[in-house]
Amino acid sequence: MAVKLPIYMDNHATTPVDPRVVDAMLPYFTEKFGNAASRNHSFGWAGEEAVETARQQIASLINATPKEIIFTSGATESDNLMIKGIAEMFREKGNHIITQAIEHKAVLDTCKNLEKHGFEVTYLPVQRDGRVSLDDLKAAIKPSTILITIMYANNEIGVLNPIAEIGKIAKERGIFFAVDGVQAVGKVPVDVQKDNIDLLAISGHKIYGPKGVGALYVRRRNPRVQLSAIIDGGGHERGMRSGTLNVPGIVGLGKACEIAQKEMPEEAARLLGLRERLRKGLEAKLDEVFINGSMEHRLPNNLNMSFAYVEGESLLMGINDIAVSSGSACTSATLEPSYVLKALGVGEDLAHTSIRFGLGRFNTQEEVDYVIDKMVQVVTKLRELSPLYEMAKEGIDISKVKWQTA
Amino acid sequence: MAYSDKVVDHYNNPRNVGSLSKEDPNVGTGLVGAPECGDVMKLQMKINPDTQVIEEAKFKTFGCGSAIASSSLATEWVKGKTVDEALSIKNTDIVRELSLPPVKIHCSVLAEDAIKAAIGDWKKKHGVEVPVHEKASH
Repeated sequence: MAVKLPIYMDNHATTPVDPRVVDAMLPYFTEKFGNAASRNHSFGWAGEEAVETARQQIASLINATPKEIIFTSGATESDNLMIKGIAEMFREKGNHIITQAIEHKAVLDTCKNLEKHGFEVTYLPVQRDGRVSLDDLKAAIKPSTILITIMYANNEIGVLNPIAEIGKIAKERGIFFAVDGVQAVGKVPVDVQKDNIDLLAISGHKIYGPKGVGALYVRRRNPRVQLSAIIDGGGHERGMRSGTLNVPGIVGLGKACEIAQKEMPEEAARLLGLRERLRKGLEAKLDEVFINGSMEHRLPNNLNMSFAYVEGESLLMGINDIAVSSGSACTSATLEPSYVLKALGVGEDLAHTSIRFGLGRFNTQEEVDYVIDKMVQVVTKLRELSPLYEMAKEGIDISKVKWQTA
Repeated sequence: MAYSDKVVDHYNNPRNVGSLSKEDPNVGTGLVGAPECGDVMKLQMKINPDTQVIEEAKFKTFGCGSAIASSSLATEWVKGKTVDEALSIKNTDIVRELSLPPVKIHCSVLAEDAIKAAIGDWKKKHGVEVPVHEKASH
């Protein structure tokens, strides 16, 4: 079967909206356009009902109750709200926050911002496999610690943290536990009860829902979590997040969660099969490829691999009919290679050669086979062009060469 | 980011890829950049000691498409030129020819450095101050 090009394999960046989600959303743009906060007419009621259905669908996916779901504009806002909201509400109790080095920027930059306002933040290192060490975490806790915020799954390497274990530690010490669940929710089972999560940030567009909508789970019992709002206004979402609700977006997020819950076991198994096919295919046909991060504790749809001696951006240029991402500096605005790979202890030379494959609901086995062939072809070509590959083949240890930098 | 047609052309059809013998006294080798920085260029030239004309040029580059294009272009440009003519090639000439955006200017700088380093290596092999005709016996 001919493969349709270009192939999209960058599903950690965003996902296409599932057509079933679009169908669910459409009536809420035109016929059922009411403001969910309008309490005195049927247009408003229809909007409110749709929002409550979505709350139920999201809560069900993460084993929460509908009242614990707050709608936001996306996971960046949810991350900001859960961290700043706790920090401000409980600053009398303490000013210490624990996070880790390879969080998403929405968490890291929020923490950095709080540091400017008198908070102290500990950025835990990660181990070589990309996971947080529980011993490091325990050692970092102080009497002034009010919040631990650790991501469920990393967006570059797909590595899953020991969330249930961290949740247990946080609960025992009476510290709030806020989790960026963007990459994990809808992909692997996330259970806020079992994992002792107090706050959980969710994004619509990573789970085949629309962009511009997200949710925040805020625990209401054992303990009841209170937050300071960061957006003030009409007092929507029980005062935690003002602003007219994005009803079509919320309907889409709800529907996306419902589909994810129903199809997760089958979909995760299928994606794992494709991911392993991709990994094995590349490893069989190319030497000196290295996987970044734990293979054992990993999202089923993620593969992050370094192709030694081949710079990432030039690789992307060669596979321009395949959409993936690279940790190479040249592909980032800052001209720095991936801070995530750096934190793992991946050498900068290998960080420049990394490619992130993010498989998704709509990828096929034919696409995976095409990607393998194309990758092998381009990596082989670029290695013939690479002075580093030539040196390595001559037996020169690249790491011991004295480079003259410009 | 969109690449200029010339960058794409050099990337797809790099000119003069390969290696010359480092041991050859008439070959100058320039190796510039560093793997941690994401760019390494190796530029080699075979220079006629009598005429100082660059008779052959080869490159290998680890780097982005613009780095590959800059070094590929450099080999095209130095071929047939004398050492002094080659030394007058400026990175800005490469920027202009390939329409490199500001974030890629360092690629052109590296290519200019590679030309200088290769010629420097050749000169070292021949003794910088020694008049050319005396080196003919090598």
